[in-house]
Amino acid sequence: MNQTTPTGGAWAKFVSLSRAAMLGFVREKTALFFGLLFPLMFLVLFGGIFKDVGGSKPDVLQIGNASILSQSADAREVLDITKSSDKADALEKVRKGDYDAAIEQRGDTLIVHYSAADAVKANTVQGIVQSVIGIENQKATGQEPKYSLSSEKVEDESISTIQYMTPGLLGWAISMSATFGAALTLVTWRQKKTLRRLRLAPVGATPIIASRVGITMGIALVQTALFIGVGLLPYFGLTLTDYWWMAFPLVLAGSLAFMSIGLVAGSWAKSQETASAIANLVILPMAFLSGSFFPLDNAPEWLQTVSTILPLTHLVTGMQDVMVRGERPSAIVLPLVILLGFTALMTFIASRVFRWDDV
Amino acid sequence: MTSTITVHKLHKSYGSVRAVDDVSFEVAEGEFFGILGPNGAGKTTTLELIEGLREPDKGTIHTLGLTPWPRNKALLPRIGVQLQATSFFERLTAREQLQTWGSLYGTSKGRADEMLELVGLADKAGTRTEDLSGGQAQRLSLACSLIHDPELVFLDEPTAALDPQARRNLWDLLRTINKQGRTVILTTHYMDEAELLCDRVAIMDHGKILANDAPATLVRNLDARVHISLPHGTLPENLELPGIENTTDDGLTVTLTTAEPAPVLTILAEHHALAGIGVKGATLEDVFLELTGREYRA
Repeated sequence: MNQTTPTGGAWAKFVSLSRAAMLGFVREKTALFFGLLFPLMFLVLFGGIFKDVGGSKPDVLQIGNASILSQSADAREVLDITKSSDKADALEKVRKGDYDAAIEQRGDTLIVHYSAADAVKANTVQGIVQSVIGIENQKATGQEPKYSLSSEKVEDESISTIQYMTPGLLGWAISMSATFGAALTLVTWRQKKTLRRLRLAPVGATPIIASRVGITMGIALVQTALFIGVGLLPYFGLTLTDYWWMAFPLVLAGSLAFMSIGLVAGSWAKSQETASAIANLVILPMAFLSGSFFPLDNAPEWLQTVSTILPLTHLVTGMQDVMVRGERPSAIVLPLVILLGFTALMTFIASRVFRWDDV
Repeated sequence: MTSTITVHKLHKSYGSVRAVDDVSFEVAEGEFFGILGPNGAGKTTTLELIEGLREPDKGTIHTLGLTPWPRNKALLPRIGVQLQATSFFERLTAREQLQTWGSLYGTSKGRADEMLELVGLADKAGTRTEDLSGGQAQRLSLACSLIHDPELVFLDEPTAALDPQARRNLWDLLRTINKQGRTVILTTHYMDEAELLCDRVAIMDHGKILANDAPATLVRNLDARVHISLPHGTLPENLELPGIENTTDDGLTVTLTTAEPAPVLTILAEHHALAGIGVKGATLEDVFLELTGREYRA
């Protein structure tokens, strides 16, 4: 009875606790759904709904044989041209908004019929037609053009929806599962006295904390793989830029940052309901204010200022920079520093409000 | 007899509440020691102080010759603790639960199955702990606290909230554990449990130990009263019974309280009034009543 029980190494304890944490996660259907499928559902929905927004060409009807238009390769490149032989029917379709404009040719004149309902589209069509006429006029003179325009594409702010949504929703997904995971585990372990029981076992804090950090980071990496995998499907057409893999350090730092928020919530809350409510109260507004769902370019100045103090903003912007905007790896340095600094601050606060028991 | 636990003038307060108030006792090796008292008596706090979960305000504690506070890593592998909640990891099966806890003590994997066998849960090895009954969960929790073969075991109200059958099963198990040579410290608010299981019982109330002895000795030392109960209406009219201190009649049962039951029973026998009679000696409940001046309510 009096033999000293050999105690295994910290590594064996870490492995065993990680296995337990992993089994606990994959066997929890709700956590699986909210952690993995739910955010992915948003990606599929938004990616599908807004697929053509921004990139679509104006739809125009060509009435009869408008030779200037049909000759112009430039016009076909920027306009979606449908032919129509019935002018009255064509005008009716423009009036209803099915098409952005109807174009007919009378002699050497092109006439653009448009509806005033969508002034922006109407102006776009008119501008395009104007330039087509310009080019054709110049060709008709037989002279080489004196001035020319050369355009180069810039990866600007107005990236397409899937490019914007993938890092944005991924950031939101990571923030949710890391925060909820940490908060709920802490409350449950306190209620069930697992925390106390662990304190009475010959195991240090390091293997316990490391196993929780490990599982949280593992979940975040699975989320990243899923999001990128789904985004890359031809239907969604995500295009990753050169240093996309620099998103991984951000994903890991992001998990830590949101785990630390969860620790504060879990230390403070007495029940799982309260912990969930706090986590929701923090994460949902943050998701909107950080630009996870939509860009904040048009938001009031003060909201944009608020946005810059949120960790999710830096996670999402950092990921967008390297994943879709083609920024160099150095772009993640600042977000990384901010996320880790935030983690340190929150962990410190958590250690202050931490309790072993409810009483 | 070597002392497994020595507690001397222990104090612990939470704010103005004196949870443990000048408590001293010793527990010998191999002993089954019970701390008995109503909820809030200070039993759990006493246990937590001995285990090293809390820092005492005053007083000294030696557990297996070691000081439990601050967290003493030399002590931890030698003690097994079952807390008031089942403290399981979420969604693991019974076997996985034991393997995980076992790994923290560096025990071999096969040990999990041995423990399942010991607590009679071999057929539940693959069942998740959430799906176990209350009694099964308690037995598994006990197995988790014994996985590393500790010499000293602390059990905090292990049978609370169990049905009578499950309690009796657990009692058998606790006796086995003690017979294997382990010192067992049990807290309970069940009088019968303490009386049945413990070699020695400390009765605790308001943070103080009021009495500390073998249950039988405690009862014997009491100026014990015996309760004789008869069905209502069977007691002959105008019967002179000697030494009756108190008579109650709830319309169903007449209860007579006396210090000298023999003459009373003789007279009742002479009057053929023994049908349906019940005689109840003093129990620890009477000891508690005597010590605190109030009825025992767990």
